Amino acid sequence: MRHGRLLRLTAAAITGIAAAVLLTFVGLPLLAIFLRVPLSTLVAQLHSPVARDALLISLKTSLTALAFIVVVGTPVAHLLGTKKFPGRSVLVTLFELPLVLPPVVAGIGLFVAFGRFGLLGASLQRFGIRLPFTWVAVVMAQAFVAMPFYVRQAVAAFASIDPQLVGASRTLGAGPSKTFLRVAVPLARQSLSAGAALAWARALGEFGATALFAGSLQGITQTLPLAIYSAFDSADLTACLAMSALLVAVSFGVLITVKILLRSRAWV
Amino acid sequence: MTDPHLDVELHHRLGRIDLDVRLAVGRETLALIGPSGVGKSSVLRAIAGLLKPKRGRIVCDGRPLLDTQRRVDLPPEERRVGLVFQDGALFPHLSVAQNIAYGLRPRSGGRRERRARVAEILERFAIAPLADSRPTRISGGERQRVAIARAVATSPDVLLLDEPLSALDTVTKSHVAAELSRILTGLRLPTILVSHDFGDVAGLAERVAVMDAGRIVQTGTTAELLRAPASAFVAAFVGTNYFLGEARRAADTTVIDLDEGGRVVSDDAAVGRVAVVVQPWHVAIGDPAVASPDANALIGPITSVAPRGGTLRVAVASTPAITVDVAADAPVVAGLTVGAVVAATWPPALTRLVPPA
Repeated sequence: MRHGRLLRLTAAAITGIAAAVLLTFVGLPLLAIFLRVPLSTLVAQLHSPVARDALLISLKTSLTALAFIVVVGTPVAHLLGTKKFPGRSVLVTLFELPLVLPPVVAGIGLFVAFGRFGLLGASLQRFGIRLPFTWVAVVMAQAFVAMPFYVRQAVAAFASIDPQLVGASRTLGAGPSKTFLRVAVPLARQSLSAGAALAWARALGEFGATALFAGSLQGITQTLPLAIYSAFDSADLTACLAMSALLVAVSFGVLITVKILLRSRAWV
Repeated sequence: MTDPHLDVELHHRLGRIDLDVRLAVGRETLALIGPSGVGKSSVLRAIAGLLKPKRGRIVCDGRPLLDTQRRVDLPPEERRVGLVFQDGALFPHLSVAQNIAYGLRPRSGGRRERRARVAEILERFAIAPLADSRPTRISGGERQRVAIARAVATSPDVLLLDEPLSALDTVTKSHVAAELSRILTGLRLPTILVSHDFGDVAGLAERVAVMDAGRIVQTGTTAELLRAPASAFVAAFVGTNYFLGEARRAADTTVIDLDEGGRVVSDDAAVGRVAVVVQPWHVAIGDPAVASPDANALIGPITSVAPRGGTLRVAVASTPAITVDVAADAPVVAGLTVGAVVAATWPPALTRLVPPA
């Protein structure tokens, strides 16, 4: 008996210490960003031209990337979630790869595919299209790495729709596209929004692929993460902290939104 | 049978069973019954266009919906076949009224006409008070009514109902059955109703088709199935007693030596292989010692007593085993305990002889 009690106490103590270590490890860096300089200084710093440009570029590119992901990803996710066909799991795996692929490698890939001397780059150039080091390149880098966050969620959402509802819609006279728009999308709405929020947050934080494929040109391709790195490089810690704090706040907001969206899935 | 409005011929491989079905349905309700997993629902899905059979032909009012030989295969939305799913399959994100409006074509008339049509349907199916409710907030019986209303709102040429009663509790079931009977009579559409319970649909359908392992083994009215089941399977399914035996004439009666042992007498004339059909409600239960010598009698212990509405269904493990329906208020009920040895008796006049399977 005494022995068992001692064991239980030890286990509880170890769990407690582990929790404290993890909390410090994750919480302290986040807290430190806000504590190093007064909050008013952080807010003032966000008005600097560098920060403002970066914020605008980040918003413009990440929202464009998100629009691209949603428009292209939704029908593809619907196909992957509702149809069985040969090669389906290969496709799913391929679309999930950017989740684990180092972003820098994604950047290299984009560069040798769409860059000046890339597979498609030469043909694009013939039409006068040059992608690298433009804001479109930033969008491409962000869309590449953020896409799986949306597509995964969307595939799962479409797959979980009761096939009888789809059948009911069809027998009531609605063709496949009306059924998709009026039954599948509304039923998947919460999951799709959650996936979109996650993908947007990932796009907003994109660094590696962007740096490689789009560079860091202030006012053109320099997004917030790139501006942070650049400010850090030039030892402007306050500017770094201001932009970082903004990203922490946005990330926190996105995560809360996702949790609320996924919890309110029951129809009332 | 009236002129067939719906003609169905289907061949399909369904897991381990071969679906091989021929059906002709007039302006009537046909119940397609059978145990689970024999392919009943697949027949409905194929008619609605949600399942493409390997081979087949479906013609509705002269309009081919499917003809695999001529490569005709209309998509579900062009078939004008209303399908009511077992649990209703109402859209959970739409209100009851929106569910009903879903199938109304936007081109047919303006917004006002559509609204009038929805109101008319809500009124006709007595679901107007539920118009703004979510399907998740209404009862199972109400959901079923809304699902039928939604299918009927589109003015289909054919109505298919998949297990409309099986998800409901006993009280709701009798309500919905009565209502369904009224609705179906009013519609006069070719209707196929799928069920795994003969008792549920016996009163709803003009004809009943019994299905086993992908095939229809017998079609007939409820009375015909009870009077002359084509096989032991059908008899068991419709809940009647069915014994195979060898008949010979003796004086002006027929004596049948049953395959399982025992001998019964019938007023029907027959010689050779026959099936003996005895309705459970024609059989009486009594003390083996006082059984009348003129009656047929099977003696054995009671194995179960199950209440069914106003009657008790009693299973007797005689040779062969027999099922007996006893009025729940009959004096004999007091002695009906499992294990008690009883005589199940019935007169030769109520011993039907039919051709065996």
